[in-house]
Amino acid sequence: MQFGQYQTDGFYDEMFDPQGAARPEARLLLETVESLEEGQLQRCQRAAERLLLQLGITFNVYGDSAGTERIFPFDLIPRIVRGDEWIRIERGLKQRIHALNEFIDDIYHDQKILKDKVIPDEVIRSAIFYRPQCIGINPPRRVWCHITGTDLVRHSDGQIYVLEDNLRVPSGVSYVLENRDLMKRTFPQIFEGLHVRPVDDYPSKLLETLESIAPPSAWQKSQKPTVVVLTPGMYNSAYFEHSFLAQKMGVQLVEGRDLVVLDGFVWMRTTKGLRKVDVIYRRIDDDFLDPKAFRADSLLGVPGLVDVYRAGHVALANAPGNGVADDKVVYAYVPDMIRYYEGEDPILPNVPTFLCWREQDRAHVLQNLDKLVVKAANEAGGYGMLVGPHSTAQQREDFAGYIRARPRDYIAQPTLALSRVPTLIDDHFEGRHVDLRPYILYGQEINVLPGGLTRVALRKGSLVVNSSQGGGSKDTWVLANDNQNGDSNGTSDFHGAAADSPPQSQTQSQSQSRSQSQPGTQR
Amino acid sequence: MTGDTPLLSRVADSVYWMARYMERAENIARFIGVNLNLQYDLQLDPENLWQPLIDTSGDTEVFKKRYGVANQNDVIDFLTYDAENPNSIYSCLRSARENARSVRETISSEMWEQVNGMYLRIQANRQMPEPESLPEVFRSIRLGSHLFQGITDATMTHSEAWHFARLGRKLERADKTSRILDVKYFMLLPSLRDVGTPYDDIHWSAVLKSVSGFEMYRKKYGRLHHRDIVDFLVLDREFPRSIHYCIRKTDESLHEVTGTPMGAFAWPSERLTGLLRAELDFMSVKQMLRDGLHEHLDMLQAKMNSIDAGLSEDFFSWTPEEQATAHAKVTA
Repeated sequence: MQFGQYQTDGFYDEMFDPQGAARPEARLLLETVESLEEGQLQRCQRAAERLLLQLGITFNVYGDSAGTERIFPFDLIPRIVRGDEWIRIERGLKQRIHALNEFIDDIYHDQKILKDKVIPDEVIRSAIFYRPQCIGINPPRRVWCHITGTDLVRHSDGQIYVLEDNLRVPSGVSYVLENRDLMKRTFPQIFEGLHVRPVDDYPSKLLETLESIAPPSAWQKSQKPTVVVLTPGMYNSAYFEHSFLAQKMGVQLVEGRDLVVLDGFVWMRTTKGLRKVDVIYRRIDDDFLDPKAFRADSLLGVPGLVDVYRAGHVALANAPGNGVADDKVVYAYVPDMIRYYEGEDPILPNVPTFLCWREQDRAHVLQNLDKLVVKAANEAGGYGMLVGPHSTAQQREDFAGYIRARPRDYIAQPTLALSRVPTLIDDHFEGRHVDLRPYILYGQEINVLPGGLTRVALRKGSLVVNSSQGGGSKDTWVLANDNQNGDSNGTSDFHGAAADSPPQSQTQSQSQSRSQSQPGTQR
Repeated sequence: MTGDTPLLSRVADSVYWMARYMERAENIARFIGVNLNLQYDLQLDPENLWQPLIDTSGDTEVFKKRYGVANQNDVIDFLTYDAENPNSIYSCLRSARENARSVRETISSEMWEQVNGMYLRIQANRQMPEPESLPEVFRSIRLGSHLFQGITDATMTHSEAWHFARLGRKLERADKTSRILDVKYFMLLPSLRDVGTPYDDIHWSAVLKSVSGFEMYRKKYGRLHHRDIVDFLVLDREFPRSIHYCIRKTDESLHEVTGTPMGAFAWPSERLTGLLRAELDFMSVKQMLRDGLHEHLDMLQAKMNSIDAGLSEDFFSWTPEEQATAHAKVTA
């Protein structure tokens, strides 16, 4: 398979420089791929897709016929991130998450940032995910965002920008782990000579994070806290991930109907009666968590759960109410938050954002709809979005109407030329746009999983990477810092066969003479 | 919680049904496989050969309404591929997989891959295959189920959840053995008068083969005799598909789950299982035949159904009120 015909088309390419030469960190990978015999890559690709189906690594599609499961398409060519660049990204993410957490805690307590007029009062009060029920709550360690999946993109200027923070219930981390596993199973030779930082310890780190927020009463004698993962059920689009994480952490996967509130604690119904639950990693939105506290018509939740949480008798991750910072209008103020709470300049910049409720911004947006990306302030998954340059006049007119009717609900950003990575299309490579979602854990300290989920827009020219809209994924390789050019030592995800394993005693086998003649022989 | 992971009631329920549906799919495949074999040896008209299979699963009325008179093609379609028949192999594998999917974190990955793979294969090939490949279809389902059971035994900790899977498998198997015996015995009664003809032998060996019991029976009894066959399939203590054996294992697993000493009971379902086990422990084939085999098998099935209902009440479906009472007991 050759890259001879490959074109970067003027986009930032993660693998090639503007002159079309391979970037240093990608050279070894390129050589390996080019040395493959004809058809081998396609065979590996097909094997990987079969495996995904067989392993049941699927997501459910909403609005499709009931029970439709699809695989999340996977492309074998990984996205490589240089070790030194990753260190900067990691620092930037830690800074950002810390500031966001300070912000959420502030919003539900003193609201200093509002009093100091850094963020206008009405922005918060009108945020859909702002939860007055959470005022005054003190979550353990005062951590509100335990698991975050920040979306990063690289523009044609080579700069990495933060696109979204995804503080509520970010999904996709299971694909990071499964993609790596899939690469090792179907295409092991591709790792040769490279030090890719491992991702396998994510479930252990996640469990550590969850245990670290358990109520003090949960640590009794030799007992460890009981952690559970709360799922809406097997028809949820991310059900695979819920069961995957529960399995890898070795904890129970529960549904709302498995839990009950009694005597001020949360219990799960087991075959031996009720068992106390200490920490709930909930993969259910705030609204559906507790019909007594939030939406009364929710059938998924556990009545009374929030009261127990407020009393400190159960921990919830992520903390209810943290979605206030997922509002895209609030997002626009994150750089100010970083300066306000951290006293530092942001390491990772925001994408410039126009807020339609500001009159001046709105006028600019309405005049430039064909150039901008317009997003609903509180939608996710690529819904409620207008990509100006790819839109029709009718769509632009519709959005102009929405913006005028509800300016608070819309923001606009310049159309970014997302960077591209070579992707296997039939029998050759073409560039496809990607983003990157690293996963950040916040318990005792902040921990960033090296790499994250690289989503790729598989449709030619498309900028939409969401799984529900023709997106796929790639493995993400963060190179260990010691090995820019592929010399090997230190931790790596791929070790050679253990050449000097300890000597083993010989395997026993059945004696040649029949055992009848040797009554004492053990079989 | 160290060393003692409590099992969710919902999970116990799903594991139990996952195993039951898998066993059910296997048994249907067995029945059809043996009938396919039988048709070459017997000059029966298709209705007499294939109708009993429908009767075995208890779906006589539904089948009649939809297909009319039984023939090979319709019966195989109904029992294998029909998505509307909840007891078809396809539906059973789908249900087994759905249950497995809802407890993926409890079962091993290998178990999940096996049940998922079986489902995906039958889902991809849902038209009636060429006649010559039919035997292979049913053989592969049988083997797939054996593989699932082997994987379950070899990769899943034999703790509470595993015992619930075994409960489901053994109860289903006992039920199916009783049904195949009931239907075949009824069908073969007229021919009891010409005992010793080759056709009589063919029929009875078919009954044994449908539970993979032909060779094991031969070792124990030698010649085929209906009394010995009934003894073997209902009361044998060692043959793994006999009703007695299955109920003994059910009883054992149930006591493993509850921790109640063998021979005693603390839960209604334990009492029902113990009663049935004791009955089978001390039953003789002579008495069974004297009282009427059909009546006996009917009663066995009814008792197994009540065990199933008891399990559901004791372990699977706690209402909040029951939970509160149990909680009061725990904290008292």
